[in-house]
Amino acid sequence: MAKITAGIACSHVPAIGVAMDQHITEQPYWQPVFKGFDYSRDWNKKNKPDVVFLVYNDHCTAFDASCIPTFALGCAAEFQPADEGWGPRPVPVVKNHQELASHIAQSLILDEFDMTIMNEMDVDHGLTVPLSVMFGDKTPEDDWGTLVIPLAVNVVQYPAPTANRCYALGQSIKKAIESWPEDINVHVYGTGGMSHQLQSERAGLINATWDQQFMDILVNDPEKARKIDHLEFLRETGSEGIEMVMWLVMRGALEEKVTEVHRHYHVPASNTAVGHLILENHA
Amino acid sequence: MTEKAYEDIPGTFVFDADRSREGYWLNQFCISLGKEKNRQAFRDDPEAHMSKFKMTEAQKQAVRDRDWNGLLELGGNIYYTSKLGAFDGIVFQDLAAMMSGMSRDDYRKMMVDGGRPIEGNRYKSEWEKK
Ligand SMILES: [Fe+2]
Repeated sequence: MAKITAGIACSHVPAIGVAMDQHITEQPYWQPVFKGFDYSRDWNKKNKPDVVFLVYNDHCTAFDASCIPTFALGCAAEFQPADEGWGPRPVPVVKNHQELASHIAQSLILDEFDMTIMNEMDVDHGLTVPLSVMFGDKTPEDDWGTLVIPLAVNVVQYPAPTANRCYALGQSIKKAIESWPEDINVHVYGTGGMSHQLQSERAGLINATWDQQFMDILVNDPEKARKIDHLEFLRETGSEGIEMVMWLVMRGALEEKVTEVHRHYHVPASNTAVGHLILENHA
Repeated sequence: MTEKAYEDIPGTFVFDADRSREGYWLNQFCISLGKEKNRQAFRDDPEAHMSKFKMTEAQKQAVRDRDWNGLLELGGNIYYTSKLGAFDGIVFQDLAAMMSGMSRDDYRKMMVDGGRPIEGNRYKSEWEKK
């Protein structure tokens, strides 16, 4: 049977992708950001997933204002890295495990999560940056080394789905994946965050104390984390910090007790606090 | 419009369904600039390109003035208005500096030093006292 062995939380700051694509990760500004990913890449090689279920948000790339699905599951055979205005990132095409994606879509909807199904979709930095973090430098000719099932969550237009709903969705995703007969290793990613505000006069807001506490309760007391309301995210972590609801989807897909094998936190990458966790399920 | 608890966060426009409705054409105009063909059209004749979108006069004026906070107030969302910034060659961090009324260097330094602190920046009332 398919098994979820780990969950990964990771910011998806576009500048992290740019730094890799321009080979400037050794510069003093970037070095402390990337130093924290060394362990992750090593761990990833030793615990290689067959499939990554990747929760991210689209930044008005596949979805402009004309269509705003709350939860959109990628069911296409493959997904091209999107042109976000400065040409597509020079990274591999993202290949799906299409049969498993279809199974998950069906299972979630019967479990009363009314998913949008995407049979064509380009993917932006929200999805490719976390893959670059975990799988390292890749060229368009390479393979990512894993299949990827994307789940795009609306966090651009208020309200995003609640932390509680995201956690419950994660639990349903767990059921769906664990009822798949193939013996495969699955990792679940929750991306975005941590504290950041990109707009207006409060731009640049960072709340490191809150971010660290959030990681603590996400790992050890998810029942508390799922109760965080939107107002707290907006006020305490900045208008774009609301992306952290996507970490709750990842957490919901894991066991109640997990082992935190890696944590990395650094301010800043551009306008954002970078947060990253690797959580292993107990066997 | 009902009362919104998040309206008391200072220096922040929460992009909710009301703002999304008001800013729809402004945002669609901005996102059009993600494509080179539209950037060329806007370069060639800004008014003609803007007229393809049903923006209000106030929204068009905010585009002409590059009034970055004004655009947000009129229903623009940062992921969209940043495409207009990119059209002008302004990177995200410099746009953030402009919106918060800081110089590029001061803003960059603030971020390297740990960002804008949360203390004193939670409630509008805290800003009014300043
Ligand atoms: Fe994002």
